[in-house]
Amino acid sequence: MADKERFADQAMPFMGSLYSAALRMTRNPADAEDLVQETYLKAYRAFGSFQEGTNLKSWLYKILTNTFINTYRSRRRRPVETDLEDVEDLYLYRRLGGLEGASAGRSAEDQVLDQFNEAEVKGAVESLPEAFRLVVMLSDVEGFSYKEIAEILDIPIGTVMSRLHRGRKALQKALLTFAEQRRLTVPADVGLAANLRGT
Amino acid sequence: MQPEDMSSRGAPAGLGGESAFLDPCQDAIATLYTYLDGELTKERRHEIKRHLDDCGPCFQAFGFEADVKALIASKCHDDVPDSLRRRVAEAIGAEDTKS
Repeated sequence: MADKERFADQAMPFMGSLYSAALRMTRNPADAEDLVQETYLKAYRAFGSFQEGTNLKSWLYKILTNTFINTYRSRRRRPVETDLEDVEDLYLYRRLGGLEGASAGRSAEDQVLDQFNEAEVKGAVESLPEAFRLVVMLSDVEGFSYKEIAEILDIPIGTVMSRLHRGRKALQKALLTFAEQRRLTVPADVGLAANLRGT
Repeated sequence: MQPEDMSSRGAPAGLGGESAFLDPCQDAIATLYTYLDGELTKERRHEIKRHLDDCGPCFQAFGFEADVKALIASKCHDDVPDSLRRRVAEAIGAEDTKS
């Protein structure tokens, strides 16, 4: 009973972030709920072997990702290790005109960022191939270190870094698509107009 | 054909044809994510930091990328449905009675 209370106290507060991660992974609320329930059940059964003082959150994420990979990936025939097209550095920044002319204060590119809504950001993350999606989520959303991500996914740190790099650039490309659909992009002459106003 | 001008080392090399960046800029951009993720060694971190203090275009680009990272972090949270909280509590409760 004490064990159950300890588990509830320590593990339950992570349900929100585990559920969000499960949604990004499965892209489907019903599957995400099943995945989180399965994760908690496995974690509870293994809680005796969890070392007090080690990182409970990354332990839970390891169970979550393993369960996801074993359960949901095998449903689809092909392991999704799709390659990503190569996207240049600073992709979104360039497209929004970031390199054209220095601007003082809050720039037009930053203002475009402010306008993205939750559905667009989630959609951009979910558009990434699985291998890239997982590392981007674990790093950007959950704030895990490269070492922790390497341990959670059981891949080398170098692989974590290269997937992050490419995944983030692909994510920016997806964000740009949303920006263009909503016509959020800054017209090319805004920087010029601002300069003229400044004189 | 012009012979290659060796004296231009260190002059605007540019990123993808842009002229806003010098060579140290390429170095900075190459480590941008590692820097923002706080995963650079202390020495490298100081090097990049020093460059950012001196270079407006890089400073702005880094700021933008930091904002993108913050955007992802802030817009990917979902509320847990009550039904899920109940299911998990029940599943764990059922485990207890079995053991």
